[in-house]
Amino acid sequence: MEKTKIKELEKVVVKFVGDSGDGMQLTGTQFAGTSAFLGNDIATFPDYPAEIRAPQGTVAGVSGFQVHIGKSHIHTPGDKSDVLVAMNAAALRANLYSVPSGNTIIIDTDNFKRKDWEKAGYDSDPLESEELKKFNVVKAPITSLTRKALEGIGLDNKSITRSKNMFALGVVYWLFSRPMDYTERFLKGKFGKKEMILEGNMKALKAGYYFAETIEALPSAYTVLPSDMEKGRYKSVMGNEATAWGFLAAAEKSDKNLFLGSYPITPATDILQEVAKHKHFGAKAFQAEDEIAGIAAAIGAAFAGDFAITTTSGPGLALKGEAIGLAVMTELPIVIVDVQRGGPSTGLPTKTEQSDLLQALYGRNGESPVVVVAAKSPSDCFDMAYNASKIAMEHVTPVILLTDGYVANGSQPWKIKKMADLDDIVPYTINSSDNAETWEPYIRDENTLARKWVVPGTEGFEHRIGGLEKDETTGNVSYAPENHEKMVKVREEKVARVANYIPDLKVEGNQEGDLLIVGWGGTFGALLTAGEEVEANGRIGLAHFNYIKPLPKNTAEVFSRFKKIVVCELNNGQFVKYLRAELPQFDYLQYNKIQGLPFSTSELIDRFTEILKED
Amino acid sequence: MSENPKVEYRAKDFASDQEVRWCPGCGDYAILKSVQKAMPELGIDKKDIVFVSGIGCSSRFPYYMDTYGFHSIHGRAPAIASGVKMANPNLSVWQITGDGDALAIGGNHFIHALRRNIDINILLFNNRIYGLTKGQFSPTTSLGHKTKTSPQGSIDNPFNPGELALGAGAQFFARIEDINPKGMVDIFIEAEKHKGTSLIEILQNCVIFNDKVFKEWTAKEVKTEAFLRVEHGKPMIFGKERNKGIIQNGFKLEVVEIGKDGITEDDLVVHDAHEEDITLHMMLVNLRMPMVTGVIRSVKRDTFNERLSQQLEEIKATTKFKTVDDLLESGETWEI
Ligand SMILES: Cc1ncc(C[n+]2csc(CCOP(=O)(O)OP(=O)(O)O)c2C)c(N)n1
Ligand code: SF4
Repeated sequence: MEKTKIKELEKVVVKFVGDSGDGMQLTGTQFAGTSAFLGNDIATFPDYPAEIRAPQGTVAGVSGFQVHIGKSHIHTPGDKSDVLVAMNAAALRANLYSVPSGNTIIIDTDNFKRKDWEKAGYDSDPLESEELKKFNVVKAPITSLTRKALEGIGLDNKSITRSKNMFALGVVYWLFSRPMDYTERFLKGKFGKKEMILEGNMKALKAGYYFAETIEALPSAYTVLPSDMEKGRYKSVMGNEATAWGFLAAAEKSDKNLFLGSYPITPATDILQEVAKHKHFGAKAFQAEDEIAGIAAAIGAAFAGDFAITTTSGPGLALKGEAIGLAVMTELPIVIVDVQRGGPSTGLPTKTEQSDLLQALYGRNGESPVVVVAAKSPSDCFDMAYNASKIAMEHVTPVILLTDGYVANGSQPWKIKKMADLDDIVPYTINSSDNAETWEPYIRDENTLARKWVVPGTEGFEHRIGGLEKDETTGNVSYAPENHEKMVKVREEKVARVANYIPDLKVEGNQEGDLLIVGWGGTFGALLTAGEEVEANGRIGLAHFNYIKPLPKNTAEVFSRFKKIVVCELNNGQFVKYLRAELPQFDYLQYNKIQGLPFSTSELIDRFTEILKED
Repeated sequence: MSENPKVEYRAKDFASDQEVRWCPGCGDYAILKSVQKAMPELGIDKKDIVFVSGIGCSSRFPYYMDTYGFHSIHGRAPAIASGVKMANPNLSVWQITGDGDALAIGGNHFIHALRRNIDINILLFNNRIYGLTKGQFSPTTSLGHKTKTSPQGSIDNPFNPGELALGAGAQFFARIEDINPKGMVDIFIEAEKHKGTSLIEILQNCVIFNDKVFKEWTAKEVKTEAFLRVEHGKPMIFGKERNKGIIQNGFKLEVVEIGKDGITEDDLVVHDAHEEDITLHMMLVNLRMPMVTGVIRSVKRDTFNERLSQQLEEIKATTKFKTVDDLLESGETWEI
């Protein structure tokens, strides 16, 4: 047999879409994992319905997983699909917009019967439509071919049909010259003891692979060569997982037990689940009765000496507001993670947004300053969880870490960090030079203004703290007017001084010039990619913020080096509002998107090009 | 916690330097004194004792104790106290709360702390009113009672804290009146000795907003007849002349007079605080006249913390992850 010619590609975006029961998340994850394993850079974006069991075959029930793999560096899951795998009519209908004409669509024709396309809301058979002629459509009866391949191996019908996602994966593996061994290892790990299911999945995978090799509908096989990434040992990480690991690392480094008080909420739940898996590090994963109890238990644990955190999403952060105020008042170290999603209220539970920034900064009663930081990519979640922990324990203060659904569920190859290479974390606690007679609970370090973290069980240092305003040194309740004013200012100044301990703001691209793109959090990849592409039109830089309150010390200086500044956010303009208040001397342009979707590079490119043209 | 503190404490060693600021005559003073009296007898080092409270008059309590203390936010003290105890199981943790704090805003945390059996001692100061906010009805205010927010009489059905607690899985419940200092000291000691969450309802008089709400039981003329103090293993006898008792009649407890209608001490119910089945304890907490005091239920069951420590130890012993490096390097990895 003549060997198919293999073409090399720089980058490719594959999107797997099907019904929420079709196993598309797994298929996508496997394709991403295999590619990462081959040395490609990858970025992924799962997109799943809010309803756990939306009616089968309807547009509401479509679940997708987008994978971007590349030889060069990849910063986003991509805008448009090079290959779309559609397992039913509804999936095609919901995703056709993302496929430019001429690209490949692989369709499971078994799920395009009249009742299927009617359920999907089509008036006529989409396979016969003019529209589809613009694409290279590979019509494959995936479901029935899977059934045929698994005939007689003794599996029940339901399990056989379930394996069709492996058939689809096999087709794509052939198309992109991927080996099957990564998935084989995965399946063995997952179904090790259930041999029949393992065999069924492997058979379906191979059947798909050989099917693709045999038919002539596929023009050629492609490959994406390994990228030029930094040398080292890698693994694939998801944002939420990386967040959990960052905290486990911080606990080990500070020689503290990790305490996580949390209540399940999408898209933050995975952090709780990940920590719960790793109790062997002494981590106490406490699933509380609600968000308030989650943070309250964390505050109690922090008071008693654990390194305590709480994780949630927007509505949960709202519930925690009063308790965060207590942590501010009592000056206890705790980290609060908010994995943002669309709001207000229950909003768009499974969709990403950056609209909790003002809540994080100001969403509490009284003057209640906390440190606010944000993670910019799945792997950056590790670093920012770690850095947030360091600030909390060294400055004895609550810290809010903002991530979002997009980075939390996205995955990326991550160059594995070694504990030895991470910065030290030295909690600010009493030591042998402290004398119980002269010590007072609210005496502060003159540089950081932190008060010492002294925990019950320490002899001679018995003391009482609480939510009432307190005397500036003794910590005894005090309503004295001047004292309150002083305390409000000192708590604010304590947070402001964190600026002396965080890195300067870095600019990607041009260091000065026509346009500075400003962003924060999970939009980093899209802004960087778009910025790089527009660069030809002008001198462009990107200033992306990990540290929001306090702002890095050189922020104003960076801003002053550019003619125009555009602040891009997935909200109605929250960071820009904050910047206008903090640094009013600059003019800020905006680009805001509020659709529960990440930025696409193309829309950013359009906007930046437009700004460069304007006078 | 060390069973033998280095110093022999006296009650006054537990008084902090803070001026106590409850209304003169408030029942809270007597409770504070009794707690301070009970402490030296527990043999726990001061450094290992933590008082946690929510918000309310009673919740000022931690400031007055020369131990570790945390005056937190309204209703959330059970969760904070649970966090303290989980972080450091060696600490003796006491939660001070009012009927509004525990049963209204904090109702959820209250039942879950009992359900989990996390080994904290909860002192519920029940004055059937909101004191700190100056006199609104609370979840224990009687039907028809007039308060500032129920000027025509309360139309809310009240909770009976004991009934709620037993329903939520409380393994230790005691009740005592604030005019019984000796009784309080004994119960606090028993509560601390009990491994598991202990709830003590204290009938506390608020002289300002709900004075004499318990007068049906506590008034001089009636108090010797109005309380039945139960003790494990002892028949249920009460009254000044010790001539009244309790018998069980079907699903009800009934008051009888010893010597009348041929009733003897042998006919009386013998209290069993250790019985797992809650039927008898439920009947006792619901009895209105006499009001039952003393340790009504005290049943040993694994505590949350025991299970937590055990689980942590087991996992530590069997895991292949000894350090976070092991975790980070686990799973599928590749070299570039
Ligand atoms: C979130 C919140 N809501 C309301 C209040 C106001 N508040 C303070 S104490 C209290 C009721 C206290 O009553 P109780 O718990 O019975 O305690 P007591 O003062 O009677 O001892 C209320 C409503 C508050 N401090 N915080
Ligand atoms: S208002 Fe009532 S409960 Fe509060 S201190 Fe005064 S008497 Fe005590």
